Amino acid sequence: MSQTESYLAHKGFKSWALTMDHKRIGVMYLVTTHLFFLIGGFLALLLRLKLLSPGPALFSAHTYDVLFTMHGAMMIFLFIIPAIPSSLGNFFIPLLIGARDVAFPKLNLFSYYLFVSGILVILISLVQPIDTGWTFYTPFSAENSAAVTTVSFGLFLVGMSSILTGLNFIVTIHTLRAPGMTWYRLPLFIWGMYGTSVIQVLSTPVIGITFLLLVAERLFGVGFFDPAKGGDPLLFQHFFWFYSHPVVYVMILPAMGIISEVIPCFARKPIFGYKAIAYSALAIAFISFLVWGHHMFVSGMSTTAGVIFSFLTFFVAVPTGMKIFNWIATLYKGSISLDSPMLWALTFIFLFIIGGLTGLFLGSLATDVHVHDTYFLVAHFHYTMMGGTVMGLFSGLHYWYPKITGRMLDERWAKHAWWMIVVGFNVTFFPMFILGMQGMPRRYAEYPAKYHSLNVLATVGSWLLAVGIVIMFANFIRSLNRGAIAPANPWEALTLEWQVPSPPPEENFEVIPTVTDWPYSYGKETGDTRGK
Amino acid sequence: MPDLTALQGTEASLASHDVDAVFIFILVIAAFFFVLTQGLLIYFAVRYRRKKGEPPAKTPYITGKQWLEVVWIVLPSLLLVGIFAYGVIIFVKMRTPIPGATDVQVTASQFQWSFKYPDGRTYSNELHLAVGKPVKLIMTSRDVIHGLFIPDYRQKQDVLPGRYTYLWLLPKRIGTFDIYCSQYCGTGHSLMRATLTVMGQNDYLAWEQSEKQKQQSAGASPKAKGKALFDSSGCGGCHSIDGSAKVGPTLKGVFGSTVTLADGKQVKADEEYLRESITEPNEQVVKGFQPIMPTFKSTLKDDDIAAIIAYIKTLK
Ligand SMILES: [Cu+2]
Ligand SMILES: [Cu+2]
Repeated sequence: MSQTESYLAHKGFKSWALTMDHKRIGVMYLVTTHLFFLIGGFLALLLRLKLLSPGPALFSAHTYDVLFTMHGAMMIFLFIIPAIPSSLGNFFIPLLIGARDVAFPKLNLFSYYLFVSGILVILISLVQPIDTGWTFYTPFSAENSAAVTTVSFGLFLVGMSSILTGLNFIVTIHTLRAPGMTWYRLPLFIWGMYGTSVIQVLSTPVIGITFLLLVAERLFGVGFFDPAKGGDPLLFQHFFWFYSHPVVYVMILPAMGIISEVIPCFARKPIFGYKAIAYSALAIAFISFLVWGHHMFVSGMSTTAGVIFSFLTFFVAVPTGMKIFNWIATLYKGSISLDSPMLWALTFIFLFIIGGLTGLFLGSLATDVHVHDTYFLVAHFHYTMMGGTVMGLFSGLHYWYPKITGRMLDERWAKHAWWMIVVGFNVTFFPMFILGMQGMPRRYAEYPAKYHSLNVLATVGSWLLAVGIVIMFANFIRSLNRGAIAPANPWEALTLEWQVPSPPPEENFEVIPTVTDWPYSYGKETGDTRGK
Repeated sequence: MPDLTALQGTEASLASHDVDAVFIFILVIAAFFFVLTQGLLIYFAVRYRRKKGEPPAKTPYITGKQWLEVVWIVLPSLLLVGIFAYGVIIFVKMRTPIPGATDVQVTASQFQWSFKYPDGRTYSNELHLAVGKPVKLIMTSRDVIHGLFIPDYRQKQDVLPGRYTYLWLLPKRIGTFDIYCSQYCGTGHSLMRATLTVMGQNDYLAWEQSEKQKQQSAGASPKAKGKALFDSSGCGGCHSIDGSAKVGPTLKGVFGSTVTLADGKQVKADEEYLRESITEPNEQVVKGFQPIMPTFKSTLKDDDIAAIIAYIKTLK
């Protein structure tokens, strides 16, 4: 085949199903994960619809429990954890470091099929849908009559896929960097993905084994978590959060990586404090393993343990806060274009600041006692996970859409969607901070009437949010055929993926480039182009 | 000092005021950083904005400023240490035993709270306290993990099976307050609510006196014993006695009635049906309900079950 033929040139089911091209695998992950984003979002709309009324309405409490479990589990395990690493990471890590593919292309395809088989197993469980919450706390999950065993096995497969992908990325970043691509010339997205991969490889085995223990508990009544047999129900929570806190950073680090690419490009300024941002990704990856107990301050864990975990939690806030200052400083004296990728990046910063600052109340022991397990917590993690990660993802999607598809998005529709989503998001989730301060517990199918009006407000917000998301996805789909043909480098960015055609040829680079400079030389006297 | 009671509910216990003080402390710091960062973000985005289609202006090549980076690492770190320390001080205070506290045994079960006083009186979903009198809640669960949460007290503690956890309360205000279950525990989780009634000290003594008398005059009749067991076993968490719908079928008028089961069969609710429903609850599930009731085979003795049935018979 010709050297310049696009990676999309071959058609037909087999050319996708058996592909070992990291770009095609990335696209397959992109479609799969976003499908679950839409389904999970739809379930959230149903939940909000029920909460329009404080009493019994629409469907039973049991159905409500099933729906919030599905919403949480899908959004976390099938969307937000794999969304950026497996899709955009797969597509762009080799392109950004000047490689032809990931280190192990076959393993990469195998990981995708592991992911899909995990999903299929989870879908089988819908025969007896689980109502344990995505946190699977024992003994409730151990004694539950629903298909917890099936789901655990499905998530085990999804976790395997995640470990293999992480491993693949680590080896790729170590061994396949183009000549001259030193560690300090790596785009920050790569640093973010590196930190992410380390966490995935180290923490996912723990949740895998925890799910196996849960299965053993259910099938053979072993009693790891059963006090009647000398087990400890809190042990499960320790295992669970030992994975699930670091995983919060699997979700956020790649998004921070995207922001660190988009902000300099659209402000035409070098990233402020490159090394600080790069090392903070590693620092966060490391400290994130030591803070899991902040989910358990009121669980019955000792006071001393609470004090230690609270301290370490504030410790991890330092590198996170520092990044915010770095991004804002990058804007200073820039020449800022507010194209859609930049709008989403700025929205990320705006919402993530709120998410981060409200985290202070949850990290402080005294105030956590009051707001823990209330809607305050729900609001906080939606501000960090949706306001953070998902906005970062949206930024990345708008930024890289021309590269992936070879078409430009409709900028006007992108901005309509942006308005709707930003307003809808805040109307939905901000009232939840107040609901939580007023004491409304989470996972409530019915609630006291005094919480009614703020719940109505949140539900109305969810409709705006939904309309915005629909507009955005309509734009994604419509532009596939009707968008303007994208040039190789529409944003005049300096990273390597923009130096090849859009969409990239199958082997990425005709000749592997030699790198002579870092990718943030915007505004440098010697000229605004790569390699002087 | 600003007051958070409009947002968080009344400061009804010793802990409430302390927790709100920490809350306000963090709020002030958070507000400062919120205004600083969002202000700069929006100001820069507007001030240095380039019009659509315009070529980028010349921008300065600034890659970092070490002193600035040191400032924004050190200053927030110091404030974080402050927040951490203040939180610890109040948390430790909340968990320090209050001398002279009365013990109240709390048993959580799906989906009901039972409160037992030192003299054996047990109440379902009702906790009565005297203002100014400290109480130690000694809590355990019969089944899964629950969480006892009193928003007006800013107090919360998970309740676990197989061990005790504690809460120390010092009521400061007369009134009634909500008690919620804060840890998701199943279908009836959101209805697992109880009421905390705080009375003046004299009113409390009078209430206690009359309750004790009531208990004595009820004596040891099976019906009274059945009612006590009904409350302490948590039956009322799922089964109403007034005909209203809960997670399980109401028990009002159930004795002698004809019940339609999930498989469409119709059975007469006699003594044997009620006994089996207590010992093997998921054998005959009433139509329209989930098979979620735990068995009481090992917790209730034969004459306990007989007493409960005697009590159910009176629910006409
Ligand atoms: Cu965490
Ligand atoms: Cu409960």
